[in-house]
Amino acid sequence: MLEALKLRLKQGRQYIPDVTTRSPRRPFRGLPLIDESRCDGCRACVAVCPAGAVGIDPVHIDMGRCVFCGECARACSREAITFSNFHQLGATSRETLTVGSGITPEKYLEYAIACRKEIVGIFGRSLKLRSVSAGGCNACELELNACSNVNFDMGRFGIETVASPRHADGVVVTGPVSANMATALEATFEAVPAPKLVILMGSCAISGGVFAASPELDRRFLDRYPVDLYLPGCPVHPLTFINGVLGLIGRKFK
Amino acid sequence: MNWLEFSNHSTVSLAELPVLSVSQLRHSIMMRCREQGWRPMAFFGCRRDDGVRLFAILADDDHAALHAAAADFFAGEYEYESLTPQLPGFGSFERELFEQTGIKPAGHPWLKPLRFPRDAASGKKKTDYRFWTLAGESVHEVAVGPVHAGVIEPGHFRFMCTGEEVRHLEIQLGYQHRGIEKMLRQGDIRTKAVLVEKIAGDSCIANGMAFAGVLETAAGVKVSPRVQAIRTLALELERIALHLSTLSGLATDIAYLPGSTFFGATRTYVINSLLALCGSRFGFGLIRPGRVNYDLMPELVAEWRRTLTMVLDRTVTMGESMFNQPSVLSRLEQTGVLNAADAAAIGMLGVTGRASGVRRDVRADHPFSYFKISPIVKITLAGGDVFARGFLRYLEARRSLQYVLTLLDALPEGGLATAVPAPAPNSLTVAAVEGPRGEICHTMLTGPYGECRWYKLQDPSLINWYGLALAVRTEGISDFPICNKSFDLSYCGHDL
Repeated sequence: MLEALKLRLKQGRQYIPDVTTRSPRRPFRGLPLIDESRCDGCRACVAVCPAGAVGIDPVHIDMGRCVFCGECARACSREAITFSNFHQLGATSRETLTVGSGITPEKYLEYAIACRKEIVGIFGRSLKLRSVSAGGCNACELELNACSNVNFDMGRFGIETVASPRHADGVVVTGPVSANMATALEATFEAVPAPKLVILMGSCAISGGVFAASPELDRRFLDRYPVDLYLPGCPVHPLTFINGVLGLIGRKFK
Repeated sequence: MNWLEFSNHSTVSLAELPVLSVSQLRHSIMMRCREQGWRPMAFFGCRRDDGVRLFAILADDDHAALHAAAADFFAGEYEYESLTPQLPGFGSFERELFEQTGIKPAGHPWLKPLRFPRDAASGKKKTDYRFWTLAGESVHEVAVGPVHAGVIEPGHFRFMCTGEEVRHLEIQLGYQHRGIEKMLRQGDIRTKAVLVEKIAGDSCIANGMAFAGVLETAAGVKVSPRVQAIRTLALELERIALHLSTLSGLATDIAYLPGSTFFGATRTYVINSLLALCGSRFGFGLIRPGRVNYDLMPELVAEWRRTLTMVLDRTVTMGESMFNQPSVLSRLEQTGVLNAADAAAIGMLGVTGRASGVRRDVRADHPFSYFKISPIVKITLAGGDVFARGFLRYLEARRSLQYVLTLLDALPEGGLATAVPAPAPNSLTVAAVEGPRGEICHTMLTGPYGECRWYKLQDPSLINWYGLALAVRTEGISDFPICNKSFDLSYCGHDL
């Protein structure tokens, strides 16, 4: 008994009091900052990108493909691309994820998440999610687990991952959707009662990421169902996940 | 016959490689494994114009030596007598060989598909496969997965039970198969560092080190001791993080909440330390062939020393408390036993092997990177039960933390980047690294221009999943979760 109390004391306070204001520290690579005026068109960034996320004329990065490895920033001798530690990258439309020159964290926040009334009304105070890992590397899965741990504790907002799709309000897809998981993903989503959400967690789920060119994928599921939230990252940081979902269900700025 | 002897992280010329007849190679493998205790480290087929060349790389752990030999299969003669009946450690290797090349190990006791790739050379499709069945009126089956009740990777488990008792567990994986080996073979291998990091996120440092090791060795360059030290520090942090994560999960599964939250929060400090170094909690972006992208600056060294000293204190406090609780021990002890004979026979690797008395640790047996300069002593337990696998993780996390803290006090100087030219032509390079779950082995074959002809990945989980199947036999089915957690194997590392 005494020992348990001592342990409790040693554990101390581990939770992050306000997860909406905390950012991962540098050198975390979040929102890329692009300065078109510095670009001399050498294409070094395009050449080194392992995911085909970078383009020039004008310089842009598709965060839905980006794996945030930082190779483009390292390859650029003129600092036209740098990575900020801004992590609130969640967006409700696929196009939003492509960022170009002059996009700052403040600007991105303004338009990235379009709050839909029906989602806020139905899921605003309680959102239960079923995770489907479909060909991932287990990093996004571990980060999704971390969202529920004592540090990030997203349960405080009524957001939880649940065991059965029957108890869920939507699915969180991680991984590029391997052909061998295509049927199981579809079946899991079918088992979720409507109305239901689709959340894509990580660059693999959004675009295939570094696996986009693999013949072992089957991403047709994503052609059939609309996506409600895109969460870029490789992997997605728990703070990115929680803030993105809070934005989607209208709990962000209250 | 003589095998070509070399050591871990070294390159040999393919001209020196003995190429035998299939029956000679088979006979020689049998003799060496049975009489000299060698074991398979890599065993794979490489497609050629006129057939398939089978490469066998065996490890002699007692003498820090690796041995290679090959044999050629020609079209129309894709069959040989399986090694698995006598050497069960080849079971998964031969299944992989059949699936990837179509070479049939005749007499293999259970030649079932491994990953169900779309272009399986074996011609086997997912829908063709019939699961193992047990006959008998009282036998019932429980099928679980691929989607499990939690945030976890997919895999299918089929239990054959009599009452509550598991008679047999069949594990069918392949759901995470992304075709990484195929992708590695397309284009310049030197541009694949980011892809390699995504083989398994929780083993990204280990795979990154093996990949960098292969390319640096094949190009004949050496990185500075500082680069080696930074990589080794990251490797041990990765190990500590995964061990603490497993301990947290194990505590969760037996409803011991202090262990669950305490180990979980302690792991956070470790992975956040990696983020402070390289911007990723998993170490993505740190290791590239010839270099590390981030230096360990003096302020960060001081911070790591403070944080990791605290992590060591927390780990010891929690570990000593948890593993002295009678209620914890009664759940863990004698549960899910994988006995030493079985573990040795199937060739168990890594921490789960060491918990069953298999004294195998690449860091000590075939030292690489900074372990050559500053050795680490391996720890082995004999029990083979859930307790042994959990307790050993605690002991290893503690030892790794001590190793890291010692290394931080004497961090060597040196440059961070070395240019890596093209690999040596017509060569074979092997780099094995002890990842958090065990031996990760990368093998590269090059052609006449130094281009990568074949790249082979080997994750310890390929071997170790069968250990879990053996451990749950005669257990109650309700003990499966803690047995599974105590092994904590990789799905994506297995499925590639």
